[in-house]
Amino acid sequence: MTGIPILSAITFAPLIGVLAILVLRIFARPGDEDAVKRNSRWIALWTTLATLALSILMVAGFDSSNPGFQFTESLPWFAGASYRMGVDGISVLFVLLTAFLMPLCIAASWKSIEDRVAEYMIAFLVLEVTMIGVFCTLDLIQFYIFFEFGLIPMFLIIGIWGGKNKVYAAYKFFLYTLLGSVLMLAAILYMAAVAGTTSIPELMAYKFAPGVQIWLFLAFFASFAVKMPMWPVHTWLPDAHVEAPTAGSVILAGILLKMGGYGFLRFSLPMFPHASSVFAPMVFGLSVIAIIYTSLVAFRQTDIKKLIAYSSVAHMGFVTMGIFSGNLLGVQGAVFQMISHGLVSGALFLCVGVVYDRMHTREIAFYGGLVNRMPWYAAVFMLFTMGNVGLPATSGFVGEILTMTGVYGASWGSGTWTALFAATGVILSAVYALSLYRRVVFGEIVNPKLAGITDLDWREVWIFVPLIIGTLVLGIYPHLVLGVTQAAAERLVDAWRAAAGG
Amino acid sequence: MARLLLITFIAGPLLGALIAGLSGRRIGDKASMAVTTGFLFLSCAIAWFTFYQVTWGGWTQHFIVELFPFITVGDFQSDWAIRVDTLSAVMGVVVTTVSALVHLYSWGYMADDPDKPRFFAYLSLFTFAMLMLVNAADFMQLFFGWEGVGLASYLLIGFWFKKPTASAAAIKAFVVNRVGDFGFALGIMTVYWMFHTIRFAEFFPLIAAKAGTTWHFAAWDFSALDLAGVFLFIGAMGKSAQFFLHTWLPDAMEGPTPVSALIHAATMVTAGVYMVCLLSPLYEYAPGARGLVIVIGAVTSLFAATVALTQNDIKRVIAYSTCSQLGYMFFAAGVGAYQSAMFHLFTHAFFKALLFLGAGSVIHAMHHEQDMRKMGGLMKLIPVTFAVMTIGTIAITGLGIPGVELGFAGFYSKDSILGAAFASGVAGQPLGYFAWVVGVFVAGLTSFYSWRLAFFTFNGHARWGHDAHGHGHDHAHDDHASAAQLETHSEPDTHADHGHGDHKPHESPPVMLVPLVVLAFGAVFAGWFFFRYFVGEGQEAFWKGAIFNGAHNHVLEAAEHAPMWAGLSPLIAAIVGLLVAFYMYILREGLGARLAARGGPLYTFFYNKWFFDELYQATFVKGAKALGDLFWKGGDQKVIDGLGPNGVSWLAAQFGKGLGWLQSGYIYTYAFVMLIGVAGLLTFALMTLNR
Repeated sequence: MTGIPILSAITFAPLIGVLAILVLRIFARPGDEDAVKRNSRWIALWTTLATLALSILMVAGFDSSNPGFQFTESLPWFAGASYRMGVDGISVLFVLLTAFLMPLCIAASWKSIEDRVAEYMIAFLVLEVTMIGVFCTLDLIQFYIFFEFGLIPMFLIIGIWGGKNKVYAAYKFFLYTLLGSVLMLAAILYMAAVAGTTSIPELMAYKFAPGVQIWLFLAFFASFAVKMPMWPVHTWLPDAHVEAPTAGSVILAGILLKMGGYGFLRFSLPMFPHASSVFAPMVFGLSVIAIIYTSLVAFRQTDIKKLIAYSSVAHMGFVTMGIFSGNLLGVQGAVFQMISHGLVSGALFLCVGVVYDRMHTREIAFYGGLVNRMPWYAAVFMLFTMGNVGLPATSGFVGEILTMTGVYGASWGSGTWTALFAATGVILSAVYALSLYRRVVFGEIVNPKLAGITDLDWREVWIFVPLIIGTLVLGIYPHLVLGVTQAAAERLVDAWRAAAGG
Repeated sequence: MARLLLITFIAGPLLGALIAGLSGRRIGDKASMAVTTGFLFLSCAIAWFTFYQVTWGGWTQHFIVELFPFITVGDFQSDWAIRVDTLSAVMGVVVTTVSALVHLYSWGYMADDPDKPRFFAYLSLFTFAMLMLVNAADFMQLFFGWEGVGLASYLLIGFWFKKPTASAAAIKAFVVNRVGDFGFALGIMTVYWMFHTIRFAEFFPLIAAKAGTTWHFAAWDFSALDLAGVFLFIGAMGKSAQFFLHTWLPDAMEGPTPVSALIHAATMVTAGVYMVCLLSPLYEYAPGARGLVIVIGAVTSLFAATVALTQNDIKRVIAYSTCSQLGYMFFAAGVGAYQSAMFHLFTHAFFKALLFLGAGSVIHAMHHEQDMRKMGGLMKLIPVTFAVMTIGTIAITGLGIPGVELGFAGFYSKDSILGAAFASGVAGQPLGYFAWVVGVFVAGLTSFYSWRLAFFTFNGHARWGHDAHGHGHDHAHDDHASAAQLETHSEPDTHADHGHGDHKPHESPPVMLVPLVVLAFGAVFAGWFFFRYFVGEGQEAFWKGAIFNGAHNHVLEAAEHAPMWAGLSPLIAAIVGLLVAFYMYILREGLGARLAARGGPLYTFFYNKWFFDELYQATFVKGAKALGDLFWKGGDQKVIDGLGPNGVSWLAAQFGKGLGWLQSGYIYTYAFVMLIGVAGLLTFALMTLNR
């Protein structure tokens, strides 16, 4: 595979689809609207599937015993900056996850998006470019560009195809992200000036002075904490989810949230090891608050999507806590939890989408008794509810137990306190997830509007099947993920502990 | 060969569950039932074969069949595996035997239910998870089985999903079990960081070295092994419905009765006891944790028995009885007589499954009536059920002839437990005496409520005439206001063909009676036959080290030498209980009802289950709701959003129209502009930097 810049190919492959759709639009004659819509969908689907195929090829060629970066590319760019690509055990699976969720999102939008279909598909394909770019890039500037540029298609997806309150949601999203971005940009400029390089591997080896690390850490933290999102900068998420179309929510929960966690692993720990250990107790505190606080808030929600959005915040609390635990269990668990959450929460948002497409409401009180009319839907929803609850044999369990065990033995801060409080999350998640399921699915059908609701159609079944397989396979044989992340996570943890003296 | 056999043993029920669950509608009811039941009988045969091989046959060495890795990170290594030793073999026999019989019984009991494939799939799924639990070789697989049976229990309690009470009970069961799992998970973490392994075989030999050391947890230093033992025991308390975490079990009776027999009497709820016995190498070095086990076990046995005295729902009486008997098993383990605990678990499985399935047969006969006040005089109408229920009652009350050592199952196992408790008292554990006193007193209570149930149901005047018996399921909401006080929950009457005229109770079909007779056989002979192996002379050769006893733990031998009066006390208590019940429900029929109607304070207290549901409702449930609302409407909306985005936009508005764009619909344009600006700035900075 030498010689072929496979990472660039994966990253920019979706642009071919964008071009094709643009060409189609430009040359379309009036009256061809339906054909444009139909063809845009197919082009987008095939493009994302091709990207997925490339990613699978890449992962198949990935050497998981090598802890360093692989498939590296480096080209001089401009003004001394370089275009650098490469993946290691931590990033490679996020590339795959992104490429995996994309075709499902396109398929999920097949019927629910009827307005400006071509533009919608273009937005998604551009979004894919930026997301994969974030995980593949090995240059700080390039990272920043991908990281921030990805917001634009997401703004558009929420703002154009979103719900009633889309302006408020987009405004909140914007405000929080702005705050983080500006600080991170300042830090990046400072780092480039001091270290004289923007190459991520070189920056990982560079030792910033401990006092400086504190400020750099906080600047990056502002950006990543918003992305995660961590308490108390999480309130943009429920609004963004509620207003976003189904596929937008899937991407938001499945990939965009993971960028925060990925950022911590790629930048904060290796580049600011001292500051990371100093702030670890704070992160533990915020994580625990996120787990308990947002679980309780989730319990009281009346909107299905908001409930799942809040539960995402709680699940991300496990991730942040694991990342900063300073041991292999925690870090491996955090990566696993992110991958798993990408599948499970993505699937849960798709479950909401199924009933939303039929009834155009997400009010929990509107539903009830769906199992009577939709037994297959009930079974699928049950499976992912259990994944959300973290039942063993679903992928949700592995991340939770590993991050909790990891933080219990954390090298800094009060790990056992954190584990004690975090473990209450397993009780609370059962409370909100099962009561949601009960109110939506169990009971008799009381609402006459539900009398004619139909079960999953074949398109929906095919969207869920890969997610079901993923959730179960990773739950039963988590080694598939853990084996890939092992070497890189080990190196990360060892380097951190050596540098921080933990 | 052994490997293939054992894989079939565990995977069979899973395969059955998948076939029935996924293609049940296509292959039909009969095929679904046949395939699940068939696999269960196959598993059952293998279980008995394994049991024979392990105890008397060729598999003298305990072994582990490793399948493939589960969670593997650093020292945190776990596998999907099948652990074979005497403990797992005993449990395997209990689980598959009761499960196979319950599958068979359900052919008759669920005959009119429209969702048979789903029901059988859940039953088989449960069996699979339980076998995974029983045969686990490390904590992760144990936890998988632990939560897997919890899932199956949740699904089966809520099987009749149209009933709101069933769905509520299902959630309650899951959540309360999760409270236990919270402790269990912390226990696993503690063990991991203490021993750097989660495999049983690797961690048991390391325990002795940790005795007497301390462990820092949260802000305090604890005795290391006691801390681990207590955390793990919290898990057992949840699964086995012990005091504080017991509230889900009575509500679990919302599930179909065969489920109650299998899951909520014979197998799943005993998982906690099983775990404590399995971890005997840990508990032997954790005297503090064992003290807690004794107290919780004894208090549970007393509490549940007092509640059982007053309940009128036939299933609830048996449910509380189960809870109480589990308390016995725990304090047996707590005093160090793990063998007695396992023995009682074993015999209890037979007679409690028998009582539940018998109750199911009664309910079936009564067209889904569960209120004993509306029964009576059924002896002649359902004679087989009457006979087996009587056997079960004799077995649970522990009647037997001392001296010649002849009695039904409970006689042996309960005596063994109480003897061990007494012996541990003699050996210097004061809690042993406490457990013994409570245990003897509860033996009397057990006898009273069990015979009350039998007499109330089968003897006396029929109270199920046209007037008393309405039709089916309207009794749930009679005159009680709060849901916690609902005492009778009838099952949905799916008998479409039962007209109003057909009120005469009828005996159940043979497919239901055969399992009853088989279990009755076990309830009669299991104690007598297995006594010598489980707790008698041959126990060491039988257990082969699967249960560990510390060097100073001799309660089992000492139990044999308890003084005469101590040995006879439980029997005397049981006879007193029987006589009182006989007086109140046969000689002076109606006396019980009159006492209940008078409703003294003690009666009210017991009848309302010591007001636990009300207490938890007022504290945890209300508290969680209030906190959730506070965080949501106060924390998120007022404070965070108020100071954050909304505050900023308010400020912007104060600064006049110049910043009004911030809230305009053209925000995307500005976001775009911002990014372009940022990129420009970046380019500029780089150019300067690199010069």
